[in-house]
Amino acid sequence: MKYVDEYRDPELAKGVAARIAAEVDSGSSYRFMEFCGGHTHAISRYGVEDMLPKNVAMIHGPGCPVCVLPVGRIDDAIRLASDPRVTLCTYADLMRVPASRGASLLKARAAGADIRMVYSTLDALRIAEAEPAREVVFLAIGFETTTPPTALAIKQAKAKALRNFSVFCNHVLTPIAMRAILAGEEDEATPLDGLVGPAHVSTVIGARPYEFVANEYGKPVVISGFEPLDVMQSILMLVRQINEGRCAVENQYVRAVTRDGNARAQREMDEVFELQESFEWRGLGMVPHSALRLVEAFAEFDAEKRFGIHTVAAADNPACECGAILRGAKKPTDCRLFGSLCTPETPMGSCMVSSEGSCAAHYAYGRFRDRSRARMERAAS
Amino acid sequence: MCLAIPAQVMELLGDGMARIDMGGVSKAISVALVDDVAVGDFVVVHVGYALSRIDADEAERTLALLREAAAMETPS
Ligand code: SF4
Ligand code: SF4
Repeated sequence: MKYVDEYRDPELAKGVAARIAAEVDSGSSYRFMEFCGGHTHAISRYGVEDMLPKNVAMIHGPGCPVCVLPVGRIDDAIRLASDPRVTLCTYADLMRVPASRGASLLKARAAGADIRMVYSTLDALRIAEAEPAREVVFLAIGFETTTPPTALAIKQAKAKALRNFSVFCNHVLTPIAMRAILAGEEDEATPLDGLVGPAHVSTVIGARPYEFVANEYGKPVVISGFEPLDVMQSILMLVRQINEGRCAVENQYVRAVTRDGNARAQREMDEVFELQESFEWRGLGMVPHSALRLVEAFAEFDAEKRFGIHTVAAADNPACECGAILRGAKKPTDCRLFGSLCTPETPMGSCMVSSEGSCAAHYAYGRFRDRSRARMERAAS
Repeated sequence: MCLAIPAQVMELLGDGMARIDMGGVSKAISVALVDDVAVGDFVVVHVGYALSRIDADEAERTLALLREAAAMETPS
């Protein structure tokens, strides 16, 4: 596929890996967090970590809206879907995320709730138009990537005077989450040296919103595409910034991202949404001004108002380490449940659900590598 | 969740919609979020919406930089 295959060329990857190896200072260590699940997935799938020198470590961040959605909000969605009047429309990623008491949307659907997987907000609108007797609720989730499509759907619903359509809004903001990570990170023993910044989020908001990371926290950021060569080039760019003592926001993904992003998409978001005072993130807790809700002018499409939703915070499975993993403080293999009780077929935590979650990515690609590395180390000793 | 795919615009359908080709798969998506989309453009598509245009020149420049980095003499 054009703009995909070129950035997966293994020969080129070897060359870039050699360049990284040649440029790292063997006396220092480099700890980079990739914020996005898309990068985590690419790093695991293409074995990027194996191509990096030993002193370059990748830390997986919280960059997945599915992974950071707290249990209480999934409980809300299940309760909503259990209302016999309601048809709940959701992106497929959310179906298997564990809720309280072992529940999930998938199990609720098996028990008779009308839950439909949609590819796009346009599908949800179509269902609402086709079935005027149903209350169609779109379970909206996502970072700034999925927010403009939700905004457009709400505007269309208003233009068409659809009375049976509403949105259960769980849209969250990446720069704020990055700030929460960096603020919490100040007491971690080993600080991050730089960040690989979001790709597709940045197509919408641009590279500018990450400039505070360089200016206030003194850490370089490279906005990176999601293909393996994009990630490797971004790592090289971070290594160079550190070696040169520089600290800036650089953009590797110039083919799709500009400094200011997509102004049209930003306008649509601003028209329909405003900041919430506070929102709970799995792993980060309550984060001020980190999520969006519908503005008063579109209040009639707000499912929380229409159905009187009052979220009750619910605890994660106590053995699940998702929270620490999302903060970059632990690795999937640090979790006792990993690969035994918790697998992609039987996820106990959100990080095991989507292919971009740290645990799922490591389960699919990394654990074989761990095993063969352990075997090699045993053979060598 | 945030993974988007590059696709080429094959036909403008009106009403902010377009038919695109995603590596052989044809789909109708919304192009209402990107200004002045034209047939032949490559766009980044996520959950049924184009989010941005792919700049062919910048894409080529990125590849050139990658090739350059990969080909640089490594001191041994
Ligand atoms: S499911 Fe994936 S993309 Fe979604 S939030 Fe989790 S890690 Fe990220
Ligand atoms: S392995 Fe499962 S239970 Fe453990 S942290 Fe990952 S998702 Fe949570």
